[in-house]
Amino acid sequence: MPRLLTGNRLETGDVLWWAGSDWSLHIRDAVAVDDDGEALIARLAPQERINDLVLIDVDPTPDGWRPRSTRERVRAVGPSVRPDFALPSLPVDAI
Amino acid sequence: MYRYDEYDQAVVDARVAEFRDQVERRLKNEISEEAFKPLRLMNGLYLQLHAYMLRVAIPYGTVDSRQMRMLAHIARRYDRGYGHFTTRQNIQYNWMKLEEMPDLLADLASVEMHAFQTSGNCIRNISSDQFAAAAADEIADPRPYAELLRQWSTLHPEFSFLPRKFKIAVTGSTIDRAAIKLHDIGLELVQNEAGEIGLKVLVGGGMGRTPMLGHVIREYLPVADYLSYMEAILRVYNRHGRRDNIYKARIKILVNDLGPAEFARQVEEEWALVKPLGLDPPPSELARIAAHFAPPVLDANAPVEIDLSNPDFANWVAVNTHPHKAPGYTIVTISLKAPGEIPGDASADQMDIIADLAQRYAGDEIRVTHAQNLVLPHVRRADLFDLWQVLVSAGLATANLDRASDIISCPGLDYCTLANARSIPIAQKLAVKLAPQEADLGELKIKVSGCINGCGHHHAGHIGILGVDRKGEENYQLLLGGSGAEDATLAKILGPGFDENGIVTAVEKVIDRYKTLRADPAERFLDTYRRVGAEPFKEAVYG
Repeated sequence: MPRLLTGNRLETGDVLWWAGSDWSLHIRDAVAVDDDGEALIARLAPQERINDLVLIDVDPTPDGWRPRSTRERVRAVGPSVRPDFALPSLPVDAI
Repeated sequence: MYRYDEYDQAVVDARVAEFRDQVERRLKNEISEEAFKPLRLMNGLYLQLHAYMLRVAIPYGTVDSRQMRMLAHIARRYDRGYGHFTTRQNIQYNWMKLEEMPDLLADLASVEMHAFQTSGNCIRNISSDQFAAAAADEIADPRPYAELLRQWSTLHPEFSFLPRKFKIAVTGSTIDRAAIKLHDIGLELVQNEAGEIGLKVLVGGGMGRTPMLGHVIREYLPVADYLSYMEAILRVYNRHGRRDNIYKARIKILVNDLGPAEFARQVEEEWALVKPLGLDPPPSELARIAAHFAPPVLDANAPVEIDLSNPDFANWVAVNTHPHKAPGYTIVTISLKAPGEIPGDASADQMDIIADLAQRYAGDEIRVTHAQNLVLPHVRRADLFDLWQVLVSAGLATANLDRASDIISCPGLDYCTLANARSIPIAQKLAVKLAPQEADLGELKIKVSGCINGCGHHHAGHIGILGVDRKGEENYQLLLGGSGAEDATLAKILGPGFDENGIVTAVEKVIDRYKTLRADPAERFLDTYRRVGAEPFKEAVYG
């Protein structure tokens, strides 16, 4: 199963997705880290710039990555009750 | 309204300066996140799903117009134009930036507000009756006693690292609007045979994973002694409360394990040691604090009769106002529960409008309720129509207090890292579905939590809903029969859970069955449930 690396930016708390060489606000930019995930966390965590680093399970879909858990879908999109704040990564109704 | 003295202000200003330094050092990577996290939490700053969340303390739920305008300013300047009033009479902002926190906290301090002790294992914001000093059914204003507790508990060195968080509520009425039986300590002002005011003390109530009702350990405690008695309770808890298991660390577990009588005995024993230390303030100090809470000068000739010929206005007056102790005055509850909207959310513009209304019509006071509404406590009945018209234009005139669409909801999985399921969408759907018939249903308190921690008070709901995670999917349990009022009971689970649409249908079935079972149209859902039991509702929902 594909896995993505995600966390929250220290300065702003923004949800970030690992995009291969840097971070992105959008899950659509994320790249699967799969077996490299733990090593990536081991490298990035000591930098202390991204909080709550975690690997999450996702499914590939024609529209992009879809996190398996509701929690991560909410993180990827924004609060389902405030679609005006939704990021253009997944449609709100994808939650 | 209490006003900070030089010591209060110095404490808050020093804390802002300290946190400014801590934030700067964190941003420069001079301290690790592991070291910084407890520091930011001590200042009310959580990291939630989408951003940082700041919880601002509103002592006993009371603010003035100046403070409400500051809350609006913070929503506008530092957040996305709104705030969320919580079930602990506080306000939360959902889109905070760490780098802006020091300036934000300095703005808050400029109006005598702060955010510390809104997280962590310490004594949290003291809550109280939102109708304090105004309700006709009140013995005395509970807020001076709550304020003294606030001062005592603020940065109390012995109680900054308790086994678990600690919540205290104070009421001055036998009509319990502060849910005192569901707090770690609940205090009720009472009078002895001589007419002297004292405090009835309850300990060991709470919701969350292991809901329990508090036990009375003192029927009458002289107000002159209550601070040392509180100290004794906290000392017994601090010494014997479990630190080995977070789920068994609240005082309710200790009281339950020891038994209320033994717990009370230990408190009395400890009190005998504490009382001679001179912790209790002299009567003059309590009088000094109480003087801050003198009610506004009221118009003794305020007319009682008003024109109720506008049916929408008359309905709002009937539903959202409450008897005031002074003739010609009333207490107004402003509902933050327009059906379909997010319970407890208010925009910055709405906050400014409410501040203006408080200043103009309500003795410059606003109260936050644990049901996530706002109260204007001292309004001349003759001013009600003008006030109502402003509320209508601001989308704040929903007439649904304590009715089916006046639903308590925690932020749930839309915002909260602890949540297992979304709670706001459930509240929204139910409110929209039930609003058309809520006048017929009468008092019906629905409460929704997105996890077992129970910030949505589901165990105290006439109808409670608890969101859980079931194999990665949101699932909702249905509970019936709870109350957080003077007739407090804990709601019980009815049966297997439902998905998002299923829980809404299940609640509708419960209500349909209630309508066929109630003894008369005036019998509340809760009373019908208590009379007939769970079985008829189980049959209606599960067949």
